[in-house]
Amino acid sequence: MNARNRELFALIPASLLVTAGFAAVFIQRDELLSDVSLTYGLIFLALCLAAHLVLRMTLPDADPYLFPLVAVLACFGLVMLYRLDEDFAREQAQWFVVGLIVFTGTIIALRHDHRVLERYRYIIALSGIVLRFTLPHADPYLFPLVAVLACFGLVMLYRLDEDFARDQAQWFVVGLIFFSATIVALRSDHRVLERYRYIIASVGIMLLLMPRLGNPVNGAYLSFQLGPIAFQPAELAKIAIVIFLASYLRDTRQVLVIGARRVMGITFPPLKHLGPLLAVWGTAMVLLFVIQDLGSSLMFFGAFLALIYVATNRISFVLIGLGLFALGARVLYAIRPTIESRVDAWLHPFDDKLYAQDPGGSYQIAQSIFTQADGGLFGRGFGQATIQLGDNPPILPAAHTDFIYAVITDELGLLGACAVLLVYLLIIERGFKTAMLATDSFSKLLATGLTAVLALQVFVIVGGVTKLIPLTGVTLPFISYGGSSIVANFILLALLLLVSDRARREAQAR
Amino acid sequence: MNAPILKLFGLFLVLFALLIGMTSYNSVINAGAYRENTKNSRPQIEEQRVRRGVIRARDGTVLARSVRDESQLYKRRYTPEGGLFAHAIGYDFLRTGRAGVERERNDALTGKRNELASVLDQLRGKQRVGDNVLTNLDPGAQRVAVGALQGRKGSIVAIEPRTGKVRVMVSTPGYDPNALDTKAAADAPLFNRATQSGYPPGSTFKVVTAAAALDSGKFTPDSMVSGKSPITVSGAPLQNFSNAQFGPITLTDALTNSVNVVWAQVAQQVGREQMGEYMQRFGFFSDPPLDYPDGQMRPSGVFDAKSKRFLPAELEGVDIGRVGIGQERLSVTPLQMAMVAATVANGGVRMKPNLADRIVDLDGRTVERIVPEQAERVMSAANARKLTVMMSNVVREGTGVGAALEGIEVAGKTGTAELNIAQRINQPWFIGFAPLDSPKVAIAVTLENVQGPQSQGGLVAAPIAKQVLQELLG
Repeated sequence: MNARNRELFALIPASLLVTAGFAAVFIQRDELLSDVSLTYGLIFLALCLAAHLVLRMTLPDADPYLFPLVAVLACFGLVMLYRLDEDFAREQAQWFVVGLIVFTGTIIALRHDHRVLERYRYIIALSGIVLRFTLPHADPYLFPLVAVLACFGLVMLYRLDEDFARDQAQWFVVGLIFFSATIVALRSDHRVLERYRYIIASVGIMLLLMPRLGNPVNGAYLSFQLGPIAFQPAELAKIAIVIFLASYLRDTRQVLVIGARRVMGITFPPLKHLGPLLAVWGTAMVLLFVIQDLGSSLMFFGAFLALIYVATNRISFVLIGLGLFALGARVLYAIRPTIESRVDAWLHPFDDKLYAQDPGGSYQIAQSIFTQADGGLFGRGFGQATIQLGDNPPILPAAHTDFIYAVITDELGLLGACAVLLVYLLIIERGFKTAMLATDSFSKLLATGLTAVLALQVFVIVGGVTKLIPLTGVTLPFISYGGSSIVANFILLALLLLVSDRARREAQAR
Repeated sequence: MNAPILKLFGLFLVLFALLIGMTSYNSVINAGAYRENTKNSRPQIEEQRVRRGVIRARDGTVLARSVRDESQLYKRRYTPEGGLFAHAIGYDFLRTGRAGVERERNDALTGKRNELASVLDQLRGKQRVGDNVLTNLDPGAQRVAVGALQGRKGSIVAIEPRTGKVRVMVSTPGYDPNALDTKAAADAPLFNRATQSGYPPGSTFKVVTAAAALDSGKFTPDSMVSGKSPITVSGAPLQNFSNAQFGPITLTDALTNSVNVVWAQVAQQVGREQMGEYMQRFGFFSDPPLDYPDGQMRPSGVFDAKSKRFLPAELEGVDIGRVGIGQERLSVTPLQMAMVAATVANGGVRMKPNLADRIVDLDGRTVERIVPEQAERVMSAANARKLTVMMSNVVREGTGVGAALEGIEVAGKTGTAELNIAQRINQPWFIGFAPLDSPKVAIAVTLENVQGPQSQGGLVAAPIAKQVLQELLG
């Protein structure tokens, strides 16, 4: 089975299960049925299929698992967002399971009673046909993984309310347009990016500096008002910076290694080439001071160190970098009250004074932990988390952005949260695998950098929400609410697939 | 470059393992502690989502029920009858927390059964619903009791001696649980005087002394003791009430006329060890075994206000003679004194008092029945019978005639703890039970700071006990 068919297959459980889930929902509350809500499921499926077709036509050899995995995460994220904004039926989740088991029979039985369902019979038929042809050779592990998440995701999508999710769905359209455009534009050879590295780097830094024109949110300069849209340029900038670093390090990695000398047991890069590296460090520090957000800085600098390490295979360079970063962070800690209060809140989340302090206290992180504590091993089921009571201020703030992982832990439990992390790990694994398969240095470094920056983003936000590290607000890729994040991460995915496509094609030719 | 990429992947595996570890810690390993954190209001909110069970009186009258508000949470409403029992029933609100039966029976009221049943219900899609609690409380008698106190501060407790069922529990002033204000207020209306107030018991304590005297075998009801007043006890003179003079008299007469000097001598002869032993058997020195929150009960005994500790009767510094007549630093709850009366009524066996009778599910099936439980045998049935006869004399011809009922024989003992002799401020008491042959109700009545020449237990508390007994037995 070729890669694209595998990808198509991996997308099928999503369509299959969303249909089954809808059937279950019909049973549950058929008087509330409306075409509008159904369209969300359809639109999402159509988007995935469209994106798949683009992939099929342009990158036939790209890694087949990346896109379906991301699709699952995206569905899942959408659903969590919908859920946050609706009055829900308690037993819905249990009905989904029942509905799934008997889905085929149910759908045929109900088809005549529910006009709306007829629209799905073609999908059902199509799913049936494709399943019959593809099931014998299917990957045995991906199906259940994708199925469970997609089932929850898409069915919840149907039953939840508009607002956040409508926006998010629109952003998915935009994201997929960018995704497709990136692929089409770079399809012949993504290495043309190298030619524009300085432009890309400047654009990236400018993007980062843009929010400085606006007002800080929670003490950090992260978003930029672009007409009606609050844009978070850091999301795009991270890609630009990875592209620049990959390209720059491809040129200098040899020199960095050869010219290195040992001083007091530590290997230092040659002074001549230390300049640009110090410049990168300096930039990271400047960024740290300008945007005053430890999280994004950690992401950028982490990706930088990952690239240095992969390019030179010198752990000492990484240590030097870490030391320098720690120095900068320490200075910032001393002079910026924002950072200091975040660290204090991290160390003593239940301290009376810090808890009552607003803004900048420990209320958020304490509530995040309480939310997770409600989850237990198996979670309480979709829609059961206590987020908000009536029209009062929410008990857990920013549930749709920063703290969505806490909500996932609450509603799906430790196992659900681990499943989400596992999906990320699988994506990261595919990303690094792509990097290892690639034959040229630039592609290797690019894939490594993109994967690392994605992985670090997950680590920074999940680590913050779980109180592993001080909390800093970045989005949970593909799941959190936020347009810039969706668009940027789809571009990131497109780039990974571009590298992957070339690498696998060459591997097959050999 | 593949080797470092692999190592980098390894690093991320470690980092993600840390994330999983931290998530496990938050959601499973340490979840219990986080859920109990005082800043965490989620468990309470969660319980407000469950329709809380109804609390009923023994005749089925609804005392407390839940109604749903606009934010999908249930809110507690108390009926006027529920308001009468405000202290026993307590309250349950998100803002104020909970108290009383609402607190003690919270698991039942919120439908929390064992883990397995909960999991099964969840799988079957059954929504958690609270069970109803049927109490032993009697609204009619409670209403009479509250009325009889006429707005004065005090407390009345009535118990079924054979079963320990609490029929009446009054603490005045009361409060309206629907308009609860937990801020400190004058006269502490939220304070349950029946279980939380420590009062000097006065002469009602002579029942305990008499029980020890008879059951230790050192005295009989006919034992003669000199009633000459005053005598010196622990180096200080002790007088009879109004310094009345008696010659050598029987213990029966000494109880009927509440002769202080006799009972002080009896207590001294019984000795501190045995006095302490019998107090302990009656339930002194520990929280009563009532199905009521621990934080809302206190033990009775010799209480040293300075060290804020209860002193054992065996202690050298305790004036055991004065303990025997309810003085010294004795500090008792009305519930404890009702238990003393109930124990004598029940042939010397102390029963565990209960507010709740049974837990009933939504369909009316009994989930749990609170069966009467023996707490301790305090004295032999024969000695209890002798003491009963002595106590019946008190009501027939002694200080307790005010409690006498027509056609029903009542046993009892009055008490008048002098709080301020110069201003004649007393704490009047009456404890007793009826009918004599097979007692159905035991009662304790006391009032705070009653002033004037007519403020003795026999004149103030006994008539109140009579009204309540009449209602309960009628």
